[in-house]
Amino acid sequence: MKREIYLDNAATTKPHPAVVEAITRALTANFGNPSSLHRKGLDAERVVRAAREAVALTLEVTPEEIVFTSGGTESNTLAIRGVAGVTKGRHIVTDKIEHSSVLTPIRRLAGEGFEVTELPVDAAGRVSPEQVGNALRPDTALVSVMAINNEIGTIQPIEEIGRTIKRHRAAGGAAVFHVDAVQAWGKIPLRPRAWGVDLMSVSAHKVHGPKGSGALCVRKGVRLAPLLGGGDQEQGIRPGTENVPGIAGLGAAAQLIGRDFDEAIRRMAELRDRLRTALAVVPDVRINTPAQGAAPHILNASFPGVRGETLLHRLEMDGIYTSTGSACHSHRVEPSHVLLAIGLNPDLATSSLRLGLSRFTTEDEIEIVEAAVISAVAELRALVR
Amino acid sequence: MSATFLLRYGEIALKGQNQRYFLDTLVRNVERAVADLGRAEVRLAFGRVLVRTDAGADPAAERLRKVFGVVSLSHVRDVDLNLGAITTAAIEMAEEAIESRPDIASFKVDTRRADKRFPLTSMETSSQVGGAIHTRFPHLRAKMRKPDLLARIEIRDRAYLSTESIPGPGGLPSGTGGRALALISGGIDSPVAAWLTARRGAVITPVHFHSFPFTSERSKEKVMDLCRVLADYAGPLELWVIYFTDIQRMIQLRVPDALRVLVMRRMMMRICDRLAPRVGALAIITGESLGQVASQTLESVSVINAATALPVLRPLIGADKTEIVARAEAIGTYEISIRPYEDCCSLFVPAHPRTLPTLDEVQRAEQGLDAVALVDESLARSECIRISGREAVPSAMNSSA
Repeated sequence: MKREIYLDNAATTKPHPAVVEAITRALTANFGNPSSLHRKGLDAERVVRAAREAVALTLEVTPEEIVFTSGGTESNTLAIRGVAGVTKGRHIVTDKIEHSSVLTPIRRLAGEGFEVTELPVDAAGRVSPEQVGNALRPDTALVSVMAINNEIGTIQPIEEIGRTIKRHRAAGGAAVFHVDAVQAWGKIPLRPRAWGVDLMSVSAHKVHGPKGSGALCVRKGVRLAPLLGGGDQEQGIRPGTENVPGIAGLGAAAQLIGRDFDEAIRRMAELRDRLRTALAVVPDVRINTPAQGAAPHILNASFPGVRGETLLHRLEMDGIYTSTGSACHSHRVEPSHVLLAIGLNPDLATSSLRLGLSRFTTEDEIEIVEAAVISAVAELRALVR
Repeated sequence: MSATFLLRYGEIALKGQNQRYFLDTLVRNVERAVADLGRAEVRLAFGRVLVRTDAGADPAAERLRKVFGVVSLSHVRDVDLNLGAITTAAIEMAEEAIESRPDIASFKVDTRRADKRFPLTSMETSSQVGGAIHTRFPHLRAKMRKPDLLARIEIRDRAYLSTESIPGPGGLPSGTGGRALALISGGIDSPVAAWLTARRGAVITPVHFHSFPFTSERSKEKVMDLCRVLADYAGPLELWVIYFTDIQRMIQLRVPDALRVLVMRRMMMRICDRLAPRVGALAIITGESLGQVASQTLESVSVINAATALPVLRPLIGADKTEIVARAEAIGTYEISIRPYEDCCSLFVPAHPRTLPTLDEVQRAEQGLDAVALVDESLARSECIRISGREAVPSAMNSSA
């Protein structure tokens, strides 16, 4: 078979064998319901408890602060609607380049009487802590800013924003701070407690775990209105029989994160830098990922004159899987809101390619990808000129 | 569960010596349409097709209403040929109809007597049964025009009663009209053109031009889904996915941009010209509608047509877009056609395509292309996919890859 190079790890990752094994065990040996009183129930409960501890360890929080969900979208929705359901505030602060699973629930709340401030970002995609500070009001209920942007890899100044919100609270404010860390988990150190983050979303499938499994880290004392009604699982915040196989997979993925974390992110960053340098020689290229303060696993670049989607399929012919910064809607290409927000014109935005590395990406692979992208861009440009 | 249907066919009744051939084909197609739903008996009965199936009425009707040649069908109840049995059945059916539509205020009984041995005339039967219904449901008013409830009684080998008539697609049975290649782009028009031709009895062999990486795997999947809808009506199809990437690339490199779409369409015709004898096709069907885009002016159409000796049928040539859309919605292809994946016609579309080309200038523009070699290579790298309509279990769920 032709060699395949999977470089779309910001979309999803290949489950690790240890994850597959943990899930299989939960589906075969430990299939019980954690709420059951018998031994089978206890076995399943132990699986859930171990996973909870593993996830908590990666975020340096206590296991009681981890609520299991069906993934990033649910974690973000639970955080946003959960706060909206109990707050007395009427105002929400976020920014223009959040993931749709943050923007959509917030925009729905705008239709339900909340006032929303969507902050702009600078050319690197960065939110300014000062602007967050200026946006805060006595009735601000929630601030939601992502840790790493999923399209261009920009790292947001979460710690500084957290300090700003702490000062606001010291002055009588009540804003809750939510961070969508789906793209950041396993890629940068995350310290929600030290940074003053109240709610943090993570997802299993971005870190070699299964799809349909994630968690919301809820700081002790933060109240949330549940989205679902049912039993008292997950302290009643997220009722429903636990997705034990998914949770087991999430736990195994969390353990993987802890294993030589520093070494893994250093290697990813090196490979990303190598890619960056190699692609910089392509005429008229625009690298959309900032040179400083960016995630180790994402490189986004625009190649004017080439449609991102066509480039993606051309690379696919070489067995290389990537993604674009645009989605095609019935014969009209709609550029990404993130690329537009950092100032790209629609042409540049629709000619972008996103490469997503994983901790298992090798130097050999990157070498092949560099050459393939350079020659594919040249080939396609020859056709459209 | 079981259900009985009476299928009406229109045009076939007018056929002369060939009528038997059309009817036998229709019966076979009806059998195939319901075969996987359970045991079924299909036979001709006094100018109708009678279907008795072990399947439920709704799933069976869903299949039967898509069989070409069927003008309309009714879920019927059949009883012995005596007035008592007919009246009892009619009252029961009226009762069921009132239960599901409590607003029914008027009714009419309509009898057709194909078997004249039945002692009562149609009028007498209607009035006897109508009287009995009125006695049982005094609030129902007899109404001759547009009644809320129309009870139909057909006197044939048995009495067949129905209260609803479902429209069929009409046309002629699949397989009675020869074979034609149908160009399927993934857009709204081409599946409608293929469907209209198939409705006249032709067997359709869909042809799709695939230009990966300029179009995605998903656009091929979309064409397969469109063909599945066509196969729901016409039976299993063989879709040809033509490797078009190199042709597209050569056109892009060697043909002036205002003439590219025309040359591309001509290359498609040349490929069909070669494919047709291999699959036994006698014509090419396209979804062109006069004046809709630059390549659909009469000047363009004639230049494109000159690339093939086969008849090119354009069932939509006189249709407006709104009519085509309405038809696509009725057939069930519209929702698939508007999925976003690009087809090869919309890629590389020049800003100012020529609308009034001459054959001479287009032939000159093609001089840089080795058309024969390109067509050869393209056909050698093409694939034929069998499409069999609805699948009990989606194949992706079973694959072990």
